[in-house]
Amino acid sequence: MELLVFVLASAMVLAGAIGVVAYNNPVHAALGLVLTLFGIAVHFVSMEAHFLAAVQVIVYAGAIVVLFLFVIMLLGVDRAEDLSVEPFQIQRPLAVIVGVAISGLVIAAVVRGRSTLGEQLESGVPGDDNIRELARSLFSDNVFAFELTSVLLIVAVVGTVVLTRRQRGGANK
Amino acid sequence: MNILHGIPAADPVLEAESFWWQPLAVVGLKVLVVFVIGLVGTMFMVWFERKIVAGMQNRVGPNKAGPFGLLQTLADGTKLFFKEDLIPEKADPFVFRIAPFLAFVPAFLIWAVIPLGGDFTNGHDGTVTWFGEVTRVQLADPPIGVLLVLAMSSIAVYGVMLAGWSSGSKYPLLGSVRASAQMISYEAALGLSLAAVLMTAGTLSTSGIVSAQSSITNWHLLSTGIVPFVVFLIAMTAELNRPPFDLVEAEQELVGGFHTEYSSIRFALFFLAEFMNVISMSALLVTLFLGGPQPLYLGGTDIFAVLGPFGGTAWLLLKVFAFLYMYVWFRATLPRLRYDQLMNLGWKVLIPISLGWFILLAALQVARDSDVSGLRYSLIVAGCLVGIALAYMLFQAALNVARRNRDAEGAAY
Repeated sequence: MELLVFVLASAMVLAGAIGVVAYNNPVHAALGLVLTLFGIAVHFVSMEAHFLAAVQVIVYAGAIVVLFLFVIMLLGVDRAEDLSVEPFQIQRPLAVIVGVAISGLVIAAVVRGRSTLGEQLESGVPGDDNIRELARSLFSDNVFAFELTSVLLIVAVVGTVVLTRRQRGGANK
Repeated sequence: MNILHGIPAADPVLEAESFWWQPLAVVGLKVLVVFVIGLVGTMFMVWFERKIVAGMQNRVGPNKAGPFGLLQTLADGTKLFFKEDLIPEKADPFVFRIAPFLAFVPAFLIWAVIPLGGDFTNGHDGTVTWFGEVTRVQLADPPIGVLLVLAMSSIAVYGVMLAGWSSGSKYPLLGSVRASAQMISYEAALGLSLAAVLMTAGTLSTSGIVSAQSSITNWHLLSTGIVPFVVFLIAMTAELNRPPFDLVEAEQELVGGFHTEYSSIRFALFFLAEFMNVISMSALLVTLFLGGPQPLYLGGTDIFAVLGPFGGTAWLLLKVFAFLYMYVWFRATLPRLRYDQLMNLGWKVLIPISLGWFILLAALQVARDSDVSGLRYSLIVAGCLVGIALAYMLFQAALNVARRNRDAEGAAY
């Protein structure tokens, strides 16, 4: 049962990821991203992290990709880009290097984590209670990081407001 | 051996030690019944809206098909099934085909987590025993309950958005851009007023929320202080794209909005999803603020007690019915908002109010949890009120500055 869910969800994740890269149309690529995010949510559910699954759908699928789509529609860039034009010459080799490096990092993390993660699972919290546990760890052990993240978001919002504000007596007059 | 054993199940019936056909039969039956209730309720709602609006406008309304025209929706639905299914030449065929389902499926999934009945009185936890199996009168009771509703309502945005985009013509696109902006904006206010309820109830599960509202003074309508209820009601109306927030399909401006290019059964799916959402969101509102299937004691007696186990369902229906009528009434009386009014109401009124109220409730909850009493408690309340007053003044000052700047630039409004 667990294996079946894992295989199906992983197939969703991979198909979505391939779709993001392979589709020419940005809207289709964004939909591929949604499929990937849903697959990850299914993984979370099968690991009894219900809260994370819900948040995954609400935040990533429900807000972030919707904003992507919104921008794509508003800017009208929903046409296939000409891929032979390259504004930055170094972009593609760099992308390959970064991609290889990130996959190396993830593989290394999984290999190293195999021994330690198993122990944590043994002493893990019961699935029903994970919202409470999450809240406790977020607001006690990791409260500093949590608050810093919120400051980061506020800075981003303020920055956007400042950048988009029209100068009084500027170009308009 | 139960293959699902140990997984916190969405339904107590799946946690049984022996797992044979009875649990599956109960769950299967529930799926069927809830689905049928949803569809019949939607059909009824369409008829109800047409009939009531007709009455309010001094017309007769549907009266030909069946008694009081009750079968009119069925007739219209059948007609839609047999109409030609057109896909515009410029449409994106794949996205155009899946968009109606993205609107329709979430509408039903929201319906699945609403407690539709059961005995929650006198500390009962709302479980019932059917065919020797303990279960709930709701399709699923996942531990994340209400979050599932939020997730589904954010998925519903895709249906509207992709329908408009994939039609490949301008009015649907304009309608869908409007719709998604509106739905995203009001989701924030919706979520914040919802959070107030969740904090007071101390649980995310819908049946837990109903259990927490054992008497009318415990109803979250009163225990969260009415403000979240009002915000939720307005935000919900906007989320549903119902009048007076129906700019999404403003016929005079956008032909029909995001579903202009749809015909036949695909249009029917959008139509069903819209009315289905009205019912399920009303049921959610009742669950969150008005105790769902909890009875209201009039002079110490529960008037639906004669119905026995169906008493809770009768109460729920009665309460939902009141809100359905209210929506129809809104549609018949209120003029549509202008787009800037809509955004002002959402961002400058509802979100600050619900955020401020949420912080106030959180402060009071912390005070209650740490057992402060008497003078110190009133000091905390006074401190909160001063804080809110200061925040309000600051906010008004900011709005005034913004307005002055706008006037100086000679903006249109």
